[in-house]
Amino acid sequence: MVCVLCSVFCALIACRHEEPILPSEEEQHGEKDTTEIVGFYLLNEGNMGNNKASLDYYDYASATYKRNIYAEVNPDVPKEMGDVGNDLQIYGSRLYAVINCSNKIEIMDAKTAKRIGQIDVPNCRYLCFQGQYGYITSYAGPVSLDASHAQIGYVARFDTATLEINATCLVGYQPDELTIVGNKMYVANSGGYMVPNYENTLSVIDIASFTEVKRIPVAINLHRVRADKNGLLWVTSRGDYYDVPAKLYCLDTKTDQVVDMLDIAVSDLDIVGDSLYACATAWDNVTMTNTVSYSIVDINTRKVVCTNFITDGTDLNIKKPYGIKVHPLTHDIYLTDAKNYVSPGTLYCFSPEGTMRWSVRTGDIPAHFAFLRMPRELSQNGEN
Amino acid sequence: MALCAAPVLAINDTALDSIYNQFTIDEVEVTARRREEPVIPVQKLEGARLEGLSTQSVADAARYFSGVQLKDYGGVGGMKTIDVRSMGSHHLGVFYDGIEIGNAQNGTVDLGKFSMDNIEELSLYNGQKSEIFQPAKDYGSAGTLYIKTRRPKFSSDKSYNVHVTMKAGTFGLANPSILYEQRLTDNIHLSANAEYTYANGRYHFRYRKVFPDGTVAWDTTAVRQNGDVQAGRGEVGIFGYLPEGKWHVKGYFYASEKGIPGAIVNNVWKNSQRQWDRNAFVQGNFTKTFVRGYDFQFNAKYSNDWMRYLNPDTTLMYLDNVFTQQEVYLSMAHRVAICGGQAVNNKLRRTDINWDISVSADYQWNYLQANLANFVYPERSTVLAAVATQFYWQYFKAQASVLGTFVFDKIHQPSQTMPTASKQRPQFTPAVFVSYQPYLPEQLYLRAFYKRIFRMPTFNDLYYTDVGNIALLPEYTTQYDGGIQYDKTWSQGTFRMVSLKADGYFNQVKNKIVAIPKGNGQYRWQMMNLGYVEIRGCDVNLSTTLHCGKEVFLTVAGTYTYQKAQDFTDPEEITYGGQIAYIPWHSCSATANLMWKGLCVNYAFIYVGERYTNSANIPVNHLQPWYTHDMSISYEFPLKTGQRLHFAVEINNLLNQQYEVILNYPMPGINGKGIVKIII
Repeated sequence: MVCVLCSVFCALIACRHEEPILPSEEEQHGEKDTTEIVGFYLLNEGNMGNNKASLDYYDYASATYKRNIYAEVNPDVPKEMGDVGNDLQIYGSRLYAVINCSNKIEIMDAKTAKRIGQIDVPNCRYLCFQGQYGYITSYAGPVSLDASHAQIGYVARFDTATLEINATCLVGYQPDELTIVGNKMYVANSGGYMVPNYENTLSVIDIASFTEVKRIPVAINLHRVRADKNGLLWVTSRGDYYDVPAKLYCLDTKTDQVVDMLDIAVSDLDIVGDSLYACATAWDNVTMTNTVSYSIVDINTRKVVCTNFITDGTDLNIKKPYGIKVHPLTHDIYLTDAKNYVSPGTLYCFSPEGTMRWSVRTGDIPAHFAFLRMPRELSQNGEN
Repeated sequence: MALCAAPVLAINDTALDSIYNQFTIDEVEVTARRREEPVIPVQKLEGARLEGLSTQSVADAARYFSGVQLKDYGGVGGMKTIDVRSMGSHHLGVFYDGIEIGNAQNGTVDLGKFSMDNIEELSLYNGQKSEIFQPAKDYGSAGTLYIKTRRPKFSSDKSYNVHVTMKAGTFGLANPSILYEQRLTDNIHLSANAEYTYANGRYHFRYRKVFPDGTVAWDTTAVRQNGDVQAGRGEVGIFGYLPEGKWHVKGYFYASEKGIPGAIVNNVWKNSQRQWDRNAFVQGNFTKTFVRGYDFQFNAKYSNDWMRYLNPDTTLMYLDNVFTQQEVYLSMAHRVAICGGQAVNNKLRRTDINWDISVSADYQWNYLQANLANFVYPERSTVLAAVATQFYWQYFKAQASVLGTFVFDKIHQPSQTMPTASKQRPQFTPAVFVSYQPYLPEQLYLRAFYKRIFRMPTFNDLYYTDVGNIALLPEYTTQYDGGIQYDKTWSQGTFRMVSLKADGYFNQVKNKIVAIPKGNGQYRWQMMNLGYVEIRGCDVNLSTTLHCGKEVFLTVAGTYTYQKAQDFTDPEEITYGGQIAYIPWHSCSATANLMWKGLCVNYAFIYVGERYTNSANIPVNHLQPWYTHDMSISYEFPLKTGQRLHFAVEINNLLNQQYEVILNYPMPGINGKGIVKIII
């Protein structure tokens, strides 16, 4: 009798049903535009343990934003995209997403986001490419046998044709971004697990022999490293969050010497034309608030030319600027707000003059962008 | 025998106990008749009903209370905490045999660690216990769960009891326990209890998704790994009875090693984190009526809790952290009867005016050590002082209390020779409870309460390396509750007992302590007093006992909870007005218990409605409802040699539902266990 009552009750309120594949959500934003850049992907990291890394896509031709496309395009992948997205790149015809806590690089078709395969790399961080090879940094190298349990990091080289790792090269502790200039690869060592003994060097790897040839001291807790058209490297240091502030360093790859230091914190950056766009959040222990900055650095003069590129007051609504990308042709600025890390973020599109064109809700912790280029006569991007 | 003792009066334990001990059937009636209503709504699980629920831990049993949400990470060793009326698990005080279980480090108690083996009664109070003669600590939480272990009770011709129990079941569970009770003298009783639990924690779980047309998109089954647990518990208690008083002293020791099964995410189907716990405490209580109209009680406790967390997983940062917490607790409470004076009188007439005042003062000291870099070794002294009064006049009952809280923290930075002291602002928090019985002698009560209380920021909130925020203020809750209750009992006929309780409430949680991202590094957090939550809800409890024929009794009980718990933190965000994480709008439970002589058949149903994992109530955060059906059958019979044997079989989640309480933590499907108990 009670059983029946319960069943009736259950029918009245809500019963469990089969778990559906969630469809993507589409919204119109911005104006239609046709250039060789047909769209961009945005990788949402998702907070650790939530398995909520997700992929959004903006299509310029139709001015539509599609949220959460991965499961719709790849409905047969168990547990979807994975846990904590950390990097996103398009190389050749493929889209590569680094899913940090799922210990893998997810390889998809760049036009459709259809899954091609995966490369398992434990605690993988950032990608770069040259020729037929892709390179990925990982925190998860050999563990020292002493009591410190220190774990050296490495760069793994994989063949983009076979998706197999064919060589690894040990670098410093907890390596983050890496970039290639000529025949040298520069890897930013953070030492983030070694607190308070942070790393303070870039590792330089000779690409031909794939061996580390030297370390260049820069500053503690390095994070990002990007090359500009002048052969300079822009390297960010997170500082130690206490006494040593976060800064931006400039290094000449001809001499491998640090040539400049700018007193700005950088969470994420993008270099387009002569400008380095940076967003940052610096914590103020006195006011207990985040101080947010949106800077532009002239890469030729190496001076901060703008301290707030948002000119219409929208910055007051942004809680936690997290990722930045600038359209290479229109110079529109895309900026993400990660808010409280556990609820959906927002993507803002600003004109080069710094006024907001549009904004859209994203997944959790929107962070990494990849522009999709295509000759105009080819078909427009479509999902499956 | 008159058993209509108002719970606010001291109940003659031994008299009640001897009745409990005689017949199981009697227990139902005793329970029924004892429903003399307290001013403050209480929910109790005890006796046959508690025994009939297939529960391994206190957390499993607490699911049957209305207004309660369990956070269960799955498995025998998985962490389980409860949240009462959506105010957050930090606001629940958990008391073990009358004294609060502290956790100054993170403020919540893992109820999964408390086995049901030796538990006699669980009671949950919204607001505070309906009692003014109690330590100041008992006024200090928004909701309170009392775990009462078994007290020795002897039939007149015996001076000892021995219970030997063996439980075994799925997840590789082996769970022997022994209870030994000895009458040392007429007035001093000893109880010793030991238990060992082993489980490999392995169970199948299944994830599956379908296309809109119902065809399967993917379907995968795996085995839950690293959910093993090994735990030992020992307790020794001495209970003394004095003329007009009683005392007890208790020692408790628990040690465990367990795997932390962790979240199941893409490409990660097992985890390897481990946790070790060692909890020990000694506590005591002394209560006496010195002169008529003046009662005194003293409570004391020392506890030492050690915890080690190890992450050996090389794909994550290596961690091997050890935390040691110590607590000293001393409390004194006095009650004076201003008029009426018949404080220890079971036959108190309601026409009398009865007015009591109580004063209590507690001192508590906490200290936390850890092997973390830049750790500050926090030390906290808390002084609690409470004044309370209770007034009965005709059909009207009222209680009011004010609690003063004075907190002094010190941190010992290794780099500094002198500790740094900081003082929290003194806090004064009131509570008022009223109840009215309009139609004497009908057991119909109308009641209402208001309570304002707070939780202190924990040591982790304030001082955890890099995350803690020393400027945090307490997190406040304000509760408004109005309710009705009707009870009726009959000594003949089919219906023996009917009880209905319904409460509507409005709660506010202000200055809610939440983690917000900070600075330019990845996933760096800072604790802030940012959140604001409003909760509107109602709880309904219904129970009835039927006499269905010769010696056949059926007890059916149901609870229903509706909660609208909204996040009103930030009007600019999508989360504004959304239902907060993991709180269902609807939840309910039902239990049925059929008894015939020594045979007992139980059925239990739990339903938790749809929820969201975040106050952004969007499809990606949606979690489906879940519901489980549990059955158990037990049979107890006397042997010719005088001992009694008890057999039970339990089957839980009969329909093998695959569900999650917490996102990415799959729960077990159908599972069961068998129990054999010898009572000597």
